[in-house]
Amino acid sequence: MTEAILSGNEAIARGAWEAGVEVAAAYPGTPSTEILENVSQYPEIYAEWSANEKVALDVAIGAAYAGRRAMAAMKHVGLNVASESLFYSSYTGVNAGLVIINADDPGLHSSQNEQDNRHYARFAKVPMLEPSDSQEAKEMVGAALDLSEQFDTPVIVRTTTRTSHAKSVVTLEERRVYEKRPYEKNPRKYVMIPGFARQRHPVVEERMLRLAEYAESCPYNRVEMGDTALGIVTCGPSYQYAREVFPQASFLKLGMVWPLPEKLLRDFAAKVERLIVVEELDPFFEEHIRALGIPVEGKSIFPLVGEFTPDVVRQAAYVAGLIQEPPVPRAFDKGDLPMRPPVLCAGCGHRDVFWSLRKLKVAVNSDIGCYALGVMPPIGATDTIGCMGASIGVATGMRRGGLEKDNVAVIGDSTFFHAGLPALASAVYNQTPITVVIVDNRTTGMTGHQGNPGSGLTLRGEGGQRIDIEAVVRAIGVDHVRTVHSNQRSELEQALREAIKHDAPSVVIAETPCIFVSAHLREPYVVVEEDCNGCTLCMRIGCPAILKSEKLDEKSGRPLAFIDATACTGCGLCFDVCARQAILEGALKTDTTSSVEAMA
Amino acid sequence: MKAVNFLLVGVGGQGTLLASDVVAEVGLRAGADVKKSEVHGMSQRGGAVTSHVRWGDQVRSPLCEKGTVDYFIAQETLEALRWVEYVSPQGTVVLSDQHIPPTSTVFGEDRYPEDGKVLEVLGQAASQVLRVEASRVAQELGNLRVANTVLLGALSAHLEVPEEIWIAVITERVPERHREINRRAFLAGRQGQWKL
Repeated sequence: MTEAILSGNEAIARGAWEAGVEVAAAYPGTPSTEILENVSQYPEIYAEWSANEKVALDVAIGAAYAGRRAMAAMKHVGLNVASESLFYSSYTGVNAGLVIINADDPGLHSSQNEQDNRHYARFAKVPMLEPSDSQEAKEMVGAALDLSEQFDTPVIVRTTTRTSHAKSVVTLEERRVYEKRPYEKNPRKYVMIPGFARQRHPVVEERMLRLAEYAESCPYNRVEMGDTALGIVTCGPSYQYAREVFPQASFLKLGMVWPLPEKLLRDFAAKVERLIVVEELDPFFEEHIRALGIPVEGKSIFPLVGEFTPDVVRQAAYVAGLIQEPPVPRAFDKGDLPMRPPVLCAGCGHRDVFWSLRKLKVAVNSDIGCYALGVMPPIGATDTIGCMGASIGVATGMRRGGLEKDNVAVIGDSTFFHAGLPALASAVYNQTPITVVIVDNRTTGMTGHQGNPGSGLTLRGEGGQRIDIEAVVRAIGVDHVRTVHSNQRSELEQALREAIKHDAPSVVIAETPCIFVSAHLREPYVVVEEDCNGCTLCMRIGCPAILKSEKLDEKSGRPLAFIDATACTGCGLCFDVCARQAILEGALKTDTTSSVEAMA
Repeated sequence: MKAVNFLLVGVGGQGTLLASDVVAEVGLRAGADVKKSEVHGMSQRGGAVTSHVRWGDQVRSPLCEKGTVDYFIAQETLEALRWVEYVSPQGTVVLSDQHIPPTSTVFGEDRYPEDGKVLEVLGQAASQVLRVEASRVAQELGNLRVANTVLLGALSAHLEVPEEIWIAVITERVPERHREINRRAFLAGRQGQWKL
């Protein structure tokens, strides 16, 4: 028996391989990204980055229709994008098994909202499983595919950041091989025109009744009886925290979180004196249990907002009088500690773009990606960020809505292909004179440098077909298009000015190759101490390579600037902003392999 | 196996996650059940990084509770102060000599805490503080990036796990050309006489 320490995401990839998955598709998104990255290491599985989550789910649905076990993976908000496909596939059902992995992000470690995607299972009328550790994560992929085939339905496996990115010991097994199921044309099942879909709805409702019956004996719904004074219904990582905080209590651990087992819940409730639910985010179980007429407490004790931790559960339990022993008091006089928010990397070309936009005093409708950090001080150029692709539509609306100043949309290459294209098409079609800045860093940066249609690198690292963004933009009908390197700051600024002035839709493609995937052209820059007077101009670009020196300017007493040679990538923005020519340009590199890349 | 809680803290890019993978794998090879938790994504863009590792007979939560961390490995001085609540009063702090000022201390009014202040608080929080000259040792060895291996060496001297397991796990996880420098960094950390 082989054991390995796997993250939840690695375990899901392993589970897909063991359970005979042959097609897998995803769009990167924290905390789900590593699932497909790991799947791609198994040669038996066709794996792709799709342009967005909806496409990924359609690809997986198609593969399941065709007769091979399939998987789609995405973060919680990715399922918002893919939700239309989730809903139709609930009606059509599958042929071979289809599992959708959906990773929630309580605590918003890397997301724009907290949403509890258990609601999607109920909403779309599909079953959902939720693991509590990596072993369960691996097993549940296979269990979901079995259920999918048995009940002719897509099945969602929901994780959270704390299952996807926690590691625990997993037993490894061999791959099971399934014969391809033959595809038979069946429009009444696979064509969702109203006449056929109307007939599928009762099939779906009847399926949910059978699944609710199955839930009563599902092996992942587990009763662990202890002291009957307190009974706890829980799922996911909350189960682990609750087991530590309430070592004596009785537990109903729900691994199948939808549909819920009514009889099992009633039986468990009848055996315990006080019933509580420990669940992260929404009172999903709690409301259902209360609707059954069973007295239960949950959100009156535990928070509705934010991620649970053992500390959060213990503190809430103590305040509610559920445990007697107070948490270990730990308070120290630390003073005000500086925060350490994420920042644009040293040498990141996005900084050049936002620096220019700030100078031009325009409103910035930005999008999701590393460039979301353009909102952070000291640059603080950004006015709005909503979701993937929202920048262009919001910019259009602000233009039409009578915004008092000029505005531009800023969107990355991967996000442009994800959801920017239809928004740009709308702006062109309606001739709204907006300016779109496509910051093309040739990678999907924030999630860890995945390929996308603009880079042409596929999930397996092979060269796919690279799609030329400028050609796409021109083909859509944008007449005013300028492509500039963000490093060429005066040309960039000029291009932005012209585009903003233009009275029809305009696009500036700012080529800003990510420092992680491209060569650094110059050696680190150096501050000439005799010429620096500590004016702080260069410090205000927010570059992590620019520090305060311990040396002070004699006249002003201000600390001089200092460039950390291990962090500087030679972009030269500090050189350009310095009013005293006190920064020495780094020499052009002869060896242009990326030092960052060598370290990564 | 006695339950042991570790918390590793640092700044994105310092190799905190790699170091915590080593601690987890060493625990597994030493016969423990292990769990580990970390956060990826946005928090890695130069942000604070934390990783919890737990060894035991049966580990449930992948996160440690405040006041329960036996070994607190801080790769960066400010981050040591930020997460100090997690240390158990009986715990050991393994503190690196590295300082990475957040950008807000450069463009803004924020102040990076004085070493004296950090050591004072760590001294109040834990029973033992080891100041490890990890970056000095790493630079002498020729690569600042092995500073985290020096820290792992210093940590290993306080745990009853055979040296061979540590070295095997570390060398398996780095490219062939970096194995020797990591082995030397580990031994320098393990053999160093570190104290407050």
